[in-house]
Amino acid sequence: MIDVKAPPLPPKGGVPAARRRAYRPDRRHVPVLATLALLILMYVLGVANYDGFSDIQVLLNIGVDNAFLLVVAVGMTFVILTGGIDLSVGAVVALTTTVAATLLHAGWPSALVLPLVLLVGTTLGLGMGSVIHYFKVEPFIATLAGMFLARGISLLINRNSIPITDGFWTFMAQRRIRFGPGIFISTSVVVALAVVLTAALVLAYTRFGRTVYAIGGNADSALLMGLPVTRTRVGVYTISGFCSSLGGVLLSYYMLSGYSLHAQGMELDAIAAVVIGGTLLAGGSGYVLGTVLGVMVLGLIQTILTFQGTLSTWWTKIVIGILLFAFIVLQRLVTRKAR
Amino acid sequence: MAEPSPVLVMTGIRKTFPGVVALDGVDFRLFPGEVHALMGENGAGKSTLIKVLTGVYGVDEGEVLLEGRPVRFAGPLQAQQAGVSTVYQEVNLCPNLSVAENIFIGREPRRAGLIRWAQMRRAASALLRRLGLEVDASAPLSTYSLAIQQMVAIARAVDVSAKVLVLDEPTSSLDASEAAQLFTVVRRLQADGVAVLFVTHFLDQVYEIADRMTVLRNGRLIGEYRTAELSQRDLVTTMIGRELADLAGIEPGRPDAQAPRGEPVMRAQALGRDGAIAPFDLSIHPGEVIGLAGLLGSGRTELARLLFGADRADRGALQVDGRRVHLRSPRSAMARGVAFSSENRRTEGVIGDLTVRENIVLALQAARGWARPVPRRTQDELVGRYLTALRIQPADPEMPVRNLSGGNQQKVLLARWLITSPRLLIVDEPTRGIDVGAKAEIQRLVAELSGGGMAVIYISAELEEVLRLSHKIEVLRDRKLVAELDNDATVNADRIMQTIAGGAAS
Repeated sequence: MIDVKAPPLPPKGGVPAARRRAYRPDRRHVPVLATLALLILMYVLGVANYDGFSDIQVLLNIGVDNAFLLVVAVGMTFVILTGGIDLSVGAVVALTTTVAATLLHAGWPSALVLPLVLLVGTTLGLGMGSVIHYFKVEPFIATLAGMFLARGISLLINRNSIPITDGFWTFMAQRRIRFGPGIFISTSVVVALAVVLTAALVLAYTRFGRTVYAIGGNADSALLMGLPVTRTRVGVYTISGFCSSLGGVLLSYYMLSGYSLHAQGMELDAIAAVVIGGTLLAGGSGYVLGTVLGVMVLGLIQTILTFQGTLSTWWTKIVIGILLFAFIVLQRLVTRKAR
Repeated sequence: MAEPSPVLVMTGIRKTFPGVVALDGVDFRLFPGEVHALMGENGAGKSTLIKVLTGVYGVDEGEVLLEGRPVRFAGPLQAQQAGVSTVYQEVNLCPNLSVAENIFIGREPRRAGLIRWAQMRRAASALLRRLGLEVDASAPLSTYSLAIQQMVAIARAVDVSAKVLVLDEPTSSLDASEAAQLFTVVRRLQADGVAVLFVTHFLDQVYEIADRMTVLRNGRLIGEYRTAELSQRDLVTTMIGRELADLAGIEPGRPDAQAPRGEPVMRAQALGRDGAIAPFDLSIHPGEVIGLAGLLGSGRTELARLLFGADRADRGALQVDGRRVHLRSPRSAMARGVAFSSENRRTEGVIGDLTVRENIVLALQAARGWARPVPRRTQDELVGRYLTALRIQPADPEMPVRNLSGGNQQKVLLARWLITSPRLLIVDEPTRGIDVGAKAEIQRLVAELSGGGMAVIYISAELEEVLRLSHKIEVLRDRKLVAELDNDATVNADRIMQTIAGGAAS
């Protein structure tokens, strides 16, 4: 904690006047601003190079195609803010789609299936959170176990893709909210935005949210300050579990199928989005807004590749890899200055 | 003042751990508006008494009365709710949150479940201003110095509950001016009628701030004294329970003013590193002790790290035994007989979960290279010898270092380096946060080592210590070596302080 070799902290001795930070952005905002700048740059490049890129619908489609990832990444943001990690999210998404499709196929009413599948993910999250907290298991290990478990169960249920023909599901999948001719979003985008707003509100304005940040800053201190560390830590994994199953529901709208091999590697996309969105992997610093930008960066990369047409999909991965490196280095630089 | 009734009374406190009586019938009382120092060597029972008070431990016998009512807290949180708050040595706040949040987190003003940030900021600013701190409540805590952070911790503690404030070594990481700043805040609280229980190893600070003190020794109450009526010397005698004979050997003064001459072991010429330490010249001879004096952050540690290769110099030259060398890493320094014991005992020093033996052989093993393990029998023999020589307690080589007291951990660290038979030993704050007896032993050890021909660079914030041990004193200020003083009759603490203050004063 005590680093005497750190560069001298601004006001030393005396009764210091508040440090002036007139126009320099808050250090905590730097990574988010960097992501925003990157996003704008990518967009401008896209518009400059490709016909039709400036079409509003191109942007909206990023939302349509990534709503489920956004929801999952929001849950991941909670976890990473406490300094944890949740590797199970992709598998929970797959499990959710499989369970939903199986039950719907068996003729269960969607009004029952929907809450049930949401409960599945939430319960898994609660379980992993409890294991992590009460048995002091590394989040990496506990959620890795959860990942195998969820993926395994969905394979056990059905190894094949199960089509969904349920009325409510197809309605949600096909319903478009139109703003004008050829300009629309899907219902999933609305759900995702609601999740984002709720999460932002919870993180900024509730004791639970602030405790999440406190745990990420210094968990021991949080405990000594009398904060409900147990409840909060278990809570973030529960939230992540809920968001994963909600993401799974959105994915099943998008795909209109349940498949145990859906969302392979989505946990890594979600983590990448959160980190590119400026949230510190060590916890304690970051914003849901950043995660939104992170997801948009990932989406925009894919869009650009689609427009480009000749590049292969692995270029997505290469670019994401480079960006991740860049952002982790940026985080290092920012925190080094901060400490 | 006419004695009002005490806010806190502890009577006949007895606490045992398996095999140890930690507290044996200790009485303690604390009046509102006083600063009361709890004194004693490591292991005297200070921490245990505080932990009993704050409910970390239960008691076997005895009674705690808060404002006349018997209390028994289940934990620090409950103690806090009842009016007993504690601020610890390490700042237990969250650096990533704003100052205001650190004060109010968990108790934020809310409306309809939502935090009212503006109101919280205003309340925090008002509270900080009342304590005489001009701090931007909305800035992240990490932008402020440790001293300010510590005061924010105090602000939080008194705002939560303001009857009894326990300060558990709050100043051990602060330099003199920062500590003074903290005391200003303490005095304000005192004026407000807060009862302050203050634990520290710095005797000077006790005399600066405390009205009264209670001395413990080996878990027993030795007495309660008014600070004005017990001299510092008598206090030390009371604490260690024997005359200062042990200390006397080194206390009267400086070592042979005659600094050894001859071929220097190490010689730095215009050595420096941007942003860490300005170029400096320094040579050190066998058998010589060089003290580095300066405030915290003045560049003492940075200088030492260059000599040990922990940081790379980006200018100047370094000679070892007259031959020019480039130290690229601590390993290359070790290969040339340089040893460095870090000031951060816990983070850069001992490895808590390893045993005493494993900690001690660590550097030797590193010097030999991992392919050539030190035979177990050699290990046992070497470790046994140093356990005795340094009087490490308990003398059990297989005990995890974590279980040792701070002073003994420091000795383990020294043993680790001594075992490599260095020719130049750099020790950074070896006596910080350890008790008087252990301090004296470490000082004596350094004197002995230099007598045996080892060159020593001794870094300490305590001038008396530097004066007592060093042949030469290098004074640093603002990451610059500003003066080299031969430790002769003309040099005293006052003169060094002036040199340290130097430019700042004029």
